[in-house]
Amino acid sequence: MSAFLPTSPVRAGKGGSRARLRGAVIPLGLVLLAQIACDAVQLDSDSLASPLDILLQGLAGLLDGSVLGATAQTLTAALVGLALGTVCGVTAGIVLGLFHTLDKLATVSIEIIRPVPSAALIPVAMLLFGFGYRMEISLVAFSTLWPMLILTRAAVAGVEPRLLEVARALRLGTWARITKILIPAILPRVFVALRLSTGIALIVAVTVEIAANPMGLGYGMMLAQQSLRPGLMFALLFWIGLIGLLLNMLTLRLLRRWAADA
Amino acid sequence: MNMTSRRLLWLLASVACYAALVGVWQLIADARLVASIYLPGPDRVLAALRRGAQSGELIGMIAITARHMLFGWLLASLAGVALGALIGISPAARAYFGPLLEFLRPLPASAVFPVAIALMGLSGGMLLSVIAFGALWPMLIATVHGFSSVEPRLIEVGAALKLSRWQLLRKIALPNAMPDILAGMRFGLTIALILAVVGEMLVSQGGLGHWILLSARMFRSADLFAGVFVLGLIGLAGSALLNLIERRVLAWRA
Repeated sequence: MSAFLPTSPVRAGKGGSRARLRGAVIPLGLVLLAQIACDAVQLDSDSLASPLDILLQGLAGLLDGSVLGATAQTLTAALVGLALGTVCGVTAGIVLGLFHTLDKLATVSIEIIRPVPSAALIPVAMLLFGFGYRMEISLVAFSTLWPMLILTRAAVAGVEPRLLEVARALRLGTWARITKILIPAILPRVFVALRLSTGIALIVAVTVEIAANPMGLGYGMMLAQQSLRPGLMFALLFWIGLIGLLLNMLTLRLLRRWAADA
Repeated sequence: MNMTSRRLLWLLASVACYAALVGVWQLIADARLVASIYLPGPDRVLAALRRGAQSGELIGMIAITARHMLFGWLLASLAGVALGALIGISPAARAYFGPLLEFLRPLPASAVFPVAIALMGLSGGMLLSVIAFGALWPMLIATVHGFSSVEPRLIEVGAALKLSRWQLLRKIALPNAMPDILAGMRFGLTIALILAVVGEMLVSQGGLGHWILLSARMFRSADLFAGVFVLGLIGLAGSALLNLIERRVLAWRA
């Protein structure tokens, strides 16, 4: 969805370090203000924590390995699901993009299944797989499959027709046509879809953990809330945000490199 | 054969294809290839839908979920467009708020649930706030982009016409931002529905999310699939609604 939005819609104007400085004013100010307020009222709460407390609890969680273990669980489920959804989505997208008859026949089925919100399938996956990796992976795969399918299909439709004529002139078989002409041609747009899907994968994984699945970072947050440890809860929230940000930067860099190679 | 009748024919073929899929599903269920507590046949799902509609239980659940989704979404739309316009028209505000928005963007909205539960308890107000909060970001970011990407020459035209700041905003910037705002609203509605379902699972005070989770726990798979089907229809209805709004609002561009 955010493919419709540009990659960085709210760039901080011109100028490097000065713009960055101005961007830091509000977050830092908020953190400082929160710390002062917490100290002033001598905060002792079951639902709020001071920034310092959050930092300490987060560090403690990192050092004893519990946060890293949960991170590994969430990322494993998100990335395996993403891989599965990408393979299925790209394959289906290429097939539907190449064979128009099939595409037209599948329209109604796709338009009926696609709008089902991924969260609605949480109980279905729970019933089928029980708790654990299989349930979470299947949900991530289902959620990432659709953007991959739709965008790959659009990419195939957008391939320069002359390229396909060249393939015909060279008398390439269907397989050679797909691997030698089509896939290199659609790769840049598939990368854009992959970046979008990476974000979706993390969001779905965390959502599944918060709603039902007792593992990973989302469940860690729920557990911290229920055991009245707001410091750890907020630390995990910021940690999840940081992971999302890093994942986004990492995929952008990787995909740029692959795109340069391709 | 002209274009429209050919398109109609393809649509019919596509519907037939869907019907065939449902038929295969029925055959699989009838042959008991998958245990019926996991996979009910379409006939049993249909019966569950009819039962839920007649007893009024399902209708009540639909009303609750739709209300959650729409109220949260409307709140987010109002706040998102207003804040987005304020930030979007001022380069200084963009410099100050931009990085914060960039950081908050990839944060899964559902991760706010534990925090909201800690602050507000398992209540309807908590649910609405999380839905509104989660749906706010796509709206806000799209609106900021829409308002900050106005063609400079259009602003020069506005200045030449001696438009006031308010007129400039209403007559030039807003129409320019409209496609972005609508794209943000579409994405926001999807998020609102997802968060409504997840929230209802957590809060356990009715709604389709609560209903399907309960059905799964009690192995009432026909009710579960009926609920999922209805949620798909709600998603479909939401996107149809936005298509309608889009056609109305963006009619001048065609």
